[in-house]
Amino acid sequence: MGLRKILVANRGEIAVRIIRAARELGIRTVQAASAADGDMLAARMADEVVQIGPAPAARSYLNREALIGAALACGADAMHPGYGFLSEDPRFAEAVEQAGLVFIGPDAATIRRMGDKATARATAMAAGVPTVPGSAGRVADVAAALELADGIGFPLMIKASAGGGGRGIRVCADADALAQLFPVASAEALAAFGDGGLYLERFVARARHIEVQVLGDGADVIHLFERECSLQRRRQKILEEAPAPCLDAATRDRLCSAAVRLAQGIGYRGAGTLEFLYDEAEGAFYFIEMNTRIQVEHPVTEMVTGIDIVREMIRIAGGEKLQITQAEVTLHGHAVECRINAEDPMQDFRPAPGRITALAIPGGPGVRFDTMLYEGYDVPPFYDSLLGKLVTWDETRSGALARMRGALRELVVAGLPTTVALHRRLIDAPDVIAGRFHTGWLESWLATRPLDPVAEAMT
Amino acid sequence: MATTTVQAPLPGTFYHRSAPDQPPFKAPGDAVAIGDTLGLIEVMKTFTPVAAEAAGRFVRFLVDDADAVMAGQPLYELET
Repeated sequence: MGLRKILVANRGEIAVRIIRAARELGIRTVQAASAADGDMLAARMADEVVQIGPAPAARSYLNREALIGAALACGADAMHPGYGFLSEDPRFAEAVEQAGLVFIGPDAATIRRMGDKATARATAMAAGVPTVPGSAGRVADVAAALELADGIGFPLMIKASAGGGGRGIRVCADADALAQLFPVASAEALAAFGDGGLYLERFVARARHIEVQVLGDGADVIHLFERECSLQRRRQKILEEAPAPCLDAATRDRLCSAAVRLAQGIGYRGAGTLEFLYDEAEGAFYFIEMNTRIQVEHPVTEMVTGIDIVREMIRIAGGEKLQITQAEVTLHGHAVECRINAEDPMQDFRPAPGRITALAIPGGPGVRFDTMLYEGYDVPPFYDSLLGKLVTWDETRSGALARMRGALRELVVAGLPTTVALHRRLIDAPDVIAGRFHTGWLESWLATRPLDPVAEAMT
Repeated sequence: MATTTVQAPLPGTFYHRSAPDQPPFKAPGDAVAIGDTLGLIEVMKTFTPVAAEAAGRFVRFLVDDADAVMAGQPLYELET
């Protein structure tokens, strides 16, 4: 059928990304904007802008009725949710479809099924995809948790069924901690997600976070290889790369095939990501959760496969079949992404909104900066701190890192503190250069205060 | 007795309560001691407590719960 007009139900750099992809497909765009966002880059780029509510996200980008009402009023035929906000809210996907609009993503039933982390685990197990040793589904109460814990072993994690994005997780060292934290975690999950359901997973120490990008059209599913996302602070990714340097070809093939098997089993439609923990010592991977949306770090995959993921998800939503076969997807070179956030790495990453007084964007071959910044832009305090994603590509990993080093030197974002200073140090850390890290590495490294002026003078 | 207004130290979203299902930190007539939490300001998903720098009696909030505030905007009235 083909889409004609998309309402972009998001903001920031991903809204810019969606508008670009739609424009290339000859699809008109309407940017939804809160009262604080009338001047954002996406609003300047879109064919139309519609105000959907006051600044706080709860009353704008999270307001299902306002977004659907706006889409209908402006004659849009589809809704792109981006990431975060309503992108994984099955009620939103359902309401969009009920309003006669196309939701650019999987159907509500798939979002519901994979969004509930306990159900997603059970789905993976049924597809023969390894999961972290843990409960088969939700755990009824403390007594049941203690009984299961014997078989799972400590340390283990209590996770919220409705959680995700690193939220709703408690690590327990022993049975006493489990007995004490279980009711607390349940109450927290209820308050944060409206659902107190919990499940248990063994805590895999020194694991890597590796995820597989998939694309499906409801019948066929292909993978676009994996991303290595272990460099995290407080479970928020800071630097990502593709492919994962720690995988050999055989393990990569087993991992990506497992992801396809799982996505194929649920008839997945759209772009999705399956997250795994990878135990390097054992050479074993375990499915942890699926994100049924586009992800922040999708550009590294685009750089090494040459596939425009956002364009593909729009085409699929418009009713097209996948135009690429698995055999046509090949890995070429290496890509690295640094997340540039409006946070002060010298002050415990305190977020810092403000005006962009100067901006210099790096260039040259293999360099890409996905951003919503422009000189004079006021970064509002109401939303995420992500300002942009600096991505470099080269034939080799060391080449991509060298390009990143140069690009970070060229990049100027003035007017507020950013994580650029952090990345300039991080990219030179011997462990990062060697690809020797796990999900706990970055926090340990930050604890050595690598950004202190003294440390800088001494190295 | 004098009524003073207390201003937002940061721009962001101002909350009267710690969670949607919790009562407000202060109700009109409540005693306020130095260091008491009067509200939260959310800046880019990070919550900063607004602590009382003067003691007195809470009069009223000047901003609705979960409303946007600018730095320096009056948040609440205090009778000192």
